[in-house]
Amino acid sequence: MNIIVCVKQVPGTTDVKINKETNTIIRDEADIIINPFDEYAIEEGVRIKEKVGGSVTVISMGIPKTAELLREAIAVGVDDAVLLTDKAFAGSDTLATSYALSMGIKKIGGYDLIVCGKQATDGDTAQVGPSLAEKLGVPHTTNVRKIEEIKEGYIRCQRMTDDGFEVVEMPLPAVITVVKEINEPRLPSIKGKLKSKKYEVKIFNADDIGADKSLCGLNGSPTQVIKTFTPVHDINGEIIEGTAGEQAKNLADKLLAMQFVKCK
Amino acid sequence: MTGIEIITDKCVGCKLCVKACMFSAIDMKDKKAVINDNCTLCGACVSSCKFDAIQMEKEKARKSVDISEYKGVWVFAEQKHGVVSQVAFELLGEGRKLADTLSVPLSAVLIGNNVPKQAKKLIAYGADNVYYVEHQSVENYNDESYTDIFVQLIEEYKPEIVLIGATTYGRSLAPRVASRLNTGLTADCTGLEIDPEERLLLQTRPAFGGNLMATIICPNHRPQMSTVRPKVMKPLEPDYSRTGEIIQPGVIIPENLKVKVLDVVQTVCETVSLSEADIIVSGGRGLGEAKNYALVEELARVLGGAAGASRAIVDAGWVDYSHQVGQTGKTVGPKVYFACGISGAVQHLAGMSSSDIIIAINKNPDAPIFKIATYGIIGDVREILPELIKQFKDKLN
Repeated sequence: MNIIVCVKQVPGTTDVKINKETNTIIRDEADIIINPFDEYAIEEGVRIKEKVGGSVTVISMGIPKTAELLREAIAVGVDDAVLLTDKAFAGSDTLATSYALSMGIKKIGGYDLIVCGKQATDGDTAQVGPSLAEKLGVPHTTNVRKIEEIKEGYIRCQRMTDDGFEVVEMPLPAVITVVKEINEPRLPSIKGKLKSKKYEVKIFNADDIGADKSLCGLNGSPTQVIKTFTPVHDINGEIIEGTAGEQAKNLADKLLAMQFVKCK
Repeated sequence: MTGIEIITDKCVGCKLCVKACMFSAIDMKDKKAVINDNCTLCGACVSSCKFDAIQMEKEKARKSVDISEYKGVWVFAEQKHGVVSQVAFELLGEGRKLADTLSVPLSAVLIGNNVPKQAKKLIAYGADNVYYVEHQSVENYNDESYTDIFVQLIEEYKPEIVLIGATTYGRSLAPRVASRLNTGLTADCTGLEIDPEERLLLQTRPAFGGNLMATIICPNHRPQMSTVRPKVMKPLEPDYSRTGEIIQPGVIIPENLKVKVLDVVQTVCETVSLSEADIIVSGGRGLGEAKNYALVEELARVLGGAAGASRAIVDAGWVDYSHQVGQTGKTVGPKVYFACGISGAVQHLAGMSSSDIIIAINKNPDAPIFKIATYGIIGDVREILPELIKQFKDKLN
């Protein structure tokens, strides 16, 4: 079974601070990490390979520096890593990203399952998985929390919904996006680390994958960001003092007065 | 030419753009900014520059469709078990404003089986008409069939704006439809407005866990598509005397589906689901031990709300992942959010900071949660929660 895992590089700072004057992100150090949700996707890919055999390839579209991150995937059991990098890809929205990834994946070819993280922590859109499936013309299921069965040409999985879960089956090839509940990613082994040190990430540009440049990057993106600003939190927080009993009574009275909490 | 350019005459070498860049793509050479290969054209530096010294240009996009053919505002009326979800009514409330500004009709799209009453309800909540696709095979949501049907409807009737609730299904359907139509889609919008001159939809959404807001447009492709989080928009008061047409369009119902939903399991049956709840009580590590989570659940029950949790206690195995609120869990926006023994790491705040009223209960007066709290109680949740439960029990009965 040939598995492809899509990975995105995201800013690594956990505590994002915004410059209030310029509405931009203040970063002490320009570090990037693998999108946390993609770690679960990588782990799931490796687990499937360990169970049914085959290979796992990670693919990313990003700046040249992303190649370093893809090596981390090699250290936890991924076989191959492909980076799509080209100035033509810069400024991609989710549609242009899906297109570029689909062309990269077609170039790799012979895949059975594509695994993506549920969403990336910078944009939080969760759009690339379904959009990519459409570009490839294969079915997809989002928010997968468990794979019940996977075999040649077939997957049955549990998808987390707003009030529970549902069991979905699809023929392969297909795309799934996974949530955190699906597994616990492993740490790299010594052997894996050694392998990743020597590993050379395969680098493709737009021409290598036969991408139409008018569908890539800023040109291929229907959406445009026209303004960014810092949200205003107009909060004059009030600290409620007193004993536990007094605090509770005071708070309850306030909420009842505002009618957020109503008598039945 | 597509690209980014530093206008060296205007650049004063202040380095604001260097700090703004997330990808270390700006170097300083001879006291002027220079863009290097790491650039992703994200545009962060453009807005950071106070001297208009950075310009980004985009080639004139090929107009893929004649955008003047597209008219009207649509809302996807997601239904489950024959009941339209609350977010659809919220979207109709917002869609009404947009449609009135544009002087175009507002329509709802309802796909299901034997739910004509729901169609009438959509009209009461503001729809001028309802495109109602009825078939046994589409009784429940299915990514494949719903995408096929939705795309057929859009191609036939050509709406200029399509709004979809950012539910699990909506966030799966919308990108698939947008991708097939090669149009733009903006996720999780919290604000929608019309630019009256250009008749464009201005879509505002949070990014970077809510630390930055971005306004996005889709100028050259149609429809302009957005998903909108539940609880953000306000529904209208229903008016059952409103009249509207229920149209049953002739669409091809797809057969021999690849994607099959074998079983739908509701695990959140006794309590209210987090995304739909008006009141959420969440617990964190300040509870001390797993059994104290029962206090959180009890307060939620007394208030008719839902119980949430911080990542810390989900990872510790005290509660199921389905309760997790925050960046790697659920994003919620209730009227009242109780953070009980939650310090308020930025990842947690990203999932709940849009709540109307935030109540923080924490021992540590310096906990970041107090910075965004409407009301704060400095104290031990294990003492405060039982008192709160008692207060509300007394007062609500």
